[in-house]
Amino acid sequence: MIIALIEHDRGKLNESSLEMLTLGRGLGLPLHAVLIGEAARPLADRAAAFGAATVHVVQHERLAEYAPEAWAQCVVELIESLKPEAVLASGTDRGNEVMAHVAAQTRLPMAANCIEIKLGNPCVVTRARWGGSLLEEARLNGSTHLLTVAPLAVEAVESPARSPTINTVTPTLDDKVFRVRVSGRVEAGAGKISLAEARVVVGGGRGVGSAEGFKPLEELAELMGGAVGCSRAVTSLGWRPHAEQVGQTGTRIAPDLYIACGVSGATQHLIGARGSKHILAINTDADAPIVAAADYAIIGDLHEVIPALCAEVKKAMA
Amino acid sequence: MNILVCIKRIPATGGKVSLTADEQEIDTRHLGFTVSPHEECAVEEAVRLIEANGGSSAVLTLGAEVSTEQLRDAMAMGIDRAILLETDGREWDAGSTAAAIVEAVRADGMNFDLLLFGNEAADTGDYQVGIRVAHALGLPCVTGIKSLEIKGGGAVAKREASGGWDIFEIPLPAVVTVKEGINLPRYPSFQGRLKAKKKDIARAKPQWNGNQMEKARLKIPKEQEHQVEILGNGPGAAPKAVEVFQKLGLFQK
Ligand SMILES: Cc1cc2nc3c(=O)[nH]c(=O)nc-3n(C[C@H](O)[C@H](O)[C@H](O)COP(=O)(O)OP(=O)(O)OC[C@H]3O[C@@H](n4cnc5c(N)ncnc54)[C@H](O)[C@@H]3O)c2cc1C
Repeated sequence: MIIALIEHDRGKLNESSLEMLTLGRGLGLPLHAVLIGEAARPLADRAAAFGAATVHVVQHERLAEYAPEAWAQCVVELIESLKPEAVLASGTDRGNEVMAHVAAQTRLPMAANCIEIKLGNPCVVTRARWGGSLLEEARLNGSTHLLTVAPLAVEAVESPARSPTINTVTPTLDDKVFRVRVSGRVEAGAGKISLAEARVVVGGGRGVGSAEGFKPLEELAELMGGAVGCSRAVTSLGWRPHAEQVGQTGTRIAPDLYIACGVSGATQHLIGARGSKHILAINTDADAPIVAAADYAIIGDLHEVIPALCAEVKKAMA
Repeated sequence: MNILVCIKRIPATGGKVSLTADEQEIDTRHLGFTVSPHEECAVEEAVRLIEANGGSSAVLTLGAEVSTEQLRDAMAMGIDRAILLETDGREWDAGSTAAAIVEAVRADGMNFDLLLFGNEAADTGDYQVGIRVAHALGLPCVTGIKSLEIKGGGAVAKREASGGWDIFEIPLPAVVTVKEGINLPRYPSFQGRLKAKKKDIARAKPQWNGNQMEKARLKIPKEQEHQVEILGNGPGAAPKAVEVFQKLGLFQK
């Protein structure tokens, strides 16, 4: 059997878990989902709809807030009692974190961000390296394989619905595993369009030339109801805050349109823009990698092209 | 306070990479080397914390002799001393890397209040070395941190969570893995570089006991074939671009 850790925040499902379940149910073994905390119990039906035959709800009064070591301890107890061939989680911040705690505690190997899994001994996986711009085929030895599934590696698809067997478990958790837990929150600011969720992103690279050079990009983003993004060259120069960086060590964007201005298109940048449905590159260099990666391109100086775009957009919207 | 920062030498890629004939590594014949942006920020964070609180900082890496370049870069930014865990250059998996670091921390004798790591190495993306070290040393660990404040005997660490922030209050000593954005790293000064060049690097040769996760081969992902449509040159292409925006339905509310 396989156990699959469903990620949620106070009962709100992280959709990556559905991708992970979709991949997990194709591995040829019964799939058991794990929901940590009472707040997650209502997610049992979703887990079943995506392939879990059994759902373990872990009940404990101190599990209302996320605590990585405590979550890991719950998984470790399930490993001990169920002896699964594999444990799956999604390759998100929390998914990788909890799995790494499980790995540290059990001294088992862990493969992060898998896109293909062949169970067996050894277990053979293909996993994302370099943020996904390179793949690795790896073999894992060990009694239980600890694997996280790279987000967007598979599409979440429902399986014929059935009602799951629900099993409630109560773990023994000592104080130590609560040393690290979410003790406060700052909720997302209302109103501002977040870079990760924007429908249009206007991104600027070193070619923008200065912090002031971003004014026309801001105007275009505003006109189109989008957000401003940038490259690492730009954040390193202090022109824009890191929160706007697109890429491997920044934000992954998924807009309908990414307008990349004066960005060369380094692999680490493109990885972050891979979720874009369409890319429009504006660059003086027709041979820049971003042009090859784009669907549309304008070859020219962004300082002339963007004001012209703003004017045309205003006309079109009038 | 005493801080240890752990970093890793990686090729400074940017364009298309090619692999060595045995498919085990990126072909680095024409590449320079660097560390992950996350780790650059970990180094900067250590330097700032020592500037603010006093104490001493050390940087550590596990890798071949050539990794002294990255240790010196860190010292040029202001880290006091460096430790090289020298290998023959083969890739150590996360478990064996963590074990070697734990051994080195114990051997060092200094009581570190803070062990800083990058959230994940840029090349392997294993997401687990810091956490494994924390477990072995019995320390608490927070990951993916983009804001760190030392307060009394502990620290307040923040990490991004669905557009907002999760806040963690942790006791020290602790392991903290950071992400780029926690600070803007300084460029090393000329004097800093000179000073770093002259410093001794402490060395140890940890024993390699095999990897639990074996790399069979690296692969370059297949790219989807697609065509780029050149809309034109210069500002004259703007009307055509706006036609595209309309076609994509971007003006519908
Ligand atoms: C481990 C690692 C992680 C990284 N993570 C990231 C990341 O998350 N995000 C990221 O962006 N980078 C990342 N990088 C850096 C990346 O490799 C590149 O260095 C960076 O993306 C380059 O930024 P750029 O395209 O703005 O600058 P450049 O590469 O300098 O490109 C500037 C472009 O602007 C064009 N241009 C110049 N003037 C004009 C003009 N007037 N009009 C129009 N076009 C013009 C030029 O033709 C060129 O194509 C990472 C690197 C490493 C090693």
